Amino acid sequence: MPNTFYILLIPLLPFAAFVMLGLFGRKFFKNTSGVIATVLLLTSFVLAVTTAYGYFFEYGKLDGVYQKLVPVQYHWLEFSKTLSIDMGVILDPISAMMLVVVTLVSLMVHLYSLGYMKGEERFPTYYAYLGLFTFSMLGLVLSSNIFQMYIFWELVGVSSFLLIGYYYEKPSAVAACKKAFIVTRFADLGFLIGILVLSYYSGTLDFKSMIATLTSPGSSELKTAITASFLGMSALSWGLILVFIGGAGKSAMFPLHIWLPDAMEGPTPVSALIHAATMVVAGVFLVARLFPIFAISDPQSLKIVSFVGAFSALFAAVIACTQTDIKRVLAYSTMSQIGYMMFALGVSQYGGENGVGYTASMFHLFTHAMFKALLFLGAGSVIHFVHSNEIKDMGSLRKYLPVTHLTFLIACLAIAGVPPFAGFFSKEEILLAASQHSPAVYYVALLTSGLTAFYMFRLYFSIFWNKEAHLHGDHAHHGEGGFTMMTPLVILAIGAAAAGFIPFGHFVSSDGKPLESEFHLAFSIAPVLLGLAGIGIATWLYMKPNNKPDNIAASLKGLYNAAYHKFYIDEIYLFVTKKIIFNLIGKPAAWFDKNIVNGLINAAGNGTTLLSEKIKGLQSGKVQQYGLYFLASVIGLALLFIYLWK
Amino acid sequence: MHPGLGQILFISTALFFIGVYGFLTRRNLVTMLMSIELILNSVNLNFIAFNKYLWANRLDGLFFTIFIIAIAAAEAAVAIAIIINLYRSHGSIDVENAEELKY
Repeated sequence: MPNTFYILLIPLLPFAAFVMLGLFGRKFFKNTSGVIATVLLLTSFVLAVTTAYGYFFEYGKLDGVYQKLVPVQYHWLEFSKTLSIDMGVILDPISAMMLVVVTLVSLMVHLYSLGYMKGEERFPTYYAYLGLFTFSMLGLVLSSNIFQMYIFWELVGVSSFLLIGYYYEKPSAVAACKKAFIVTRFADLGFLIGILVLSYYSGTLDFKSMIATLTSPGSSELKTAITASFLGMSALSWGLILVFIGGAGKSAMFPLHIWLPDAMEGPTPVSALIHAATMVVAGVFLVARLFPIFAISDPQSLKIVSFVGAFSALFAAVIACTQTDIKRVLAYSTMSQIGYMMFALGVSQYGGENGVGYTASMFHLFTHAMFKALLFLGAGSVIHFVHSNEIKDMGSLRKYLPVTHLTFLIACLAIAGVPPFAGFFSKEEILLAASQHSPAVYYVALLTSGLTAFYMFRLYFSIFWNKEAHLHGDHAHHGEGGFTMMTPLVILAIGAAAAGFIPFGHFVSSDGKPLESEFHLAFSIAPVLLGLAGIGIATWLYMKPNNKPDNIAASLKGLYNAAYHKFYIDEIYLFVTKKIIFNLIGKPAAWFDKNIVNGLINAAGNGTTLLSEKIKGLQSGKVQQYGLYFLASVIGLALLFIYLWK
Repeated sequence: MHPGLGQILFISTALFFIGVYGFLTRRNLVTMLMSIELILNSVNLNFIAFNKYLWANRLDGLFFTIFIIAIAAAEAAVAIAIIINLYRSHGSIDVENAEELKY
């Protein structure tokens, strides 16, 4: 078994950074806070790698199967003998993998922010928030108990809220952070109810025993959960779907995705960390964590997961083709890629060869974290250089930003699925899984992969080629950003280029048994050709300044406008909330509160005032009057006693 | 003629109501204080009388009387101190001049 002490240190070191910088940062560590946080996170990263190495190569396997280990278990809240909320650490292939991903990306972002956020007024606060986020995310992936996971789930929500709203002087940032918080909170309500349903039927909150109970075919708990039905679905399906709604909210799946593009108001490194690589995959992670229940006991709800994922992937890819804010393009691309991971889980089955979708999903999560964080950090460098998010302010930047250009290109090739970059391998595996189990999803995925290549290279060419940028002022002075901003780009670029060669199936599979991933050359011809076609079209349209894109946009007017306006989902939400909910429920409720509730309280107050106004003359200040009252009362009482008491 | 309980009670009642009347009608604080003393004394008379006529062999009534006299002395001291202070601040000891403590 592993040494539990240092596993606990992995999340606690960033937490220490949060507490220290949050409390004393602005006073004592004005300039050193970044370095302190980075060093703490570096330690955390080293420990995470040690842990993952130990798990995968030393103690994780038992008879050739990766086990779910629980090295730390602390009894916290006990409701009954079996039902208790524990705080614990679970080590299994996905949590070990996530440990490395989270600490690595977080470390890169910490390092990058040293340069990117230099000179910010609230620099220590920024690092404190990053620490809080990293702590919560690591806690989330290590949770051994579904309720513990829920606590950390909310904590990452809070830190995401804080970081999106980091520039709180900007009204748009404030609106965006509120939106993100409210939408994900709304989805978390589903998660909470799902937890209650699942724990009610399985009688436990612990992941290990919950999965064991709800997957063993003979167990009485499973029978009741399947037979109890509500509105035509079994209780088990309800529980799983509600949990999935929570995951869909965090992972920005349609129709709960509206917060993600707006979340780009936060500082760019934050977008790289939270809204690309780690937090938004929490939903995927959640489904993966409960995957045995989904796959063995309730394949129906897994179908829903796959359809939602596939639809989101295509939907977001279409929107991404029309956006002009580079961070928003990346945000939609993130949503699309997470859709990939979701439907990969959705088409997967449990165990052996049929579980290839599960492995593919986790693999894509892993590679996506690399290249998407790289894309965001690259976008950060570009924004740092031109001081704008809009494509129209950019162009031909390859001359000024050589390192960014090269790393961005690698990331684009990776996400477009060009061999031999990382995205190719994971995407191939997803497509393979989809083609084996659900042809409809497969064709959607194929189309999406073509679109992905197109919009990524549209972005790439618009930034680094095309017209000359109108650079105002002296840009040569800060150039590309120093060592701190370039190192993460290079490291992540190496990851994005090489991560695909990891034999992922050996480590992560649905049932813990190593899975030999086969490579079908003939199969990958179609997606690669589609990807290359997408790149080709993008090259033709965007490499040189011309008016072809405008012409195409004009000829596809309706579709283009709809996609440009994100298919009016935001407007629909506004309509539903403002017009329907506010008018039909909000206004009557406000009226009731103002007139009835408030009215009752006011009536009580006013009545008392009026009465006291009437009788205040009794207190006249005349001593002899008081004496008279006293005497009269005593005589009155005496008479009362004598004649009425009897 | 030896006075009986009736006569004593009559005197004490008379004293009590004279005191009450004085308290309610006089404006001078010293006079009001004197009226209160009258009321106290009427109570003392009652104690003495009932002690003598109901439980002649016990002393409870007498003790109470002595107790009340002692208290009355203390009360008079306090009251006079208040009156002096009032005179210093208001320049008079007329009770109608001290009506500030009201609504």
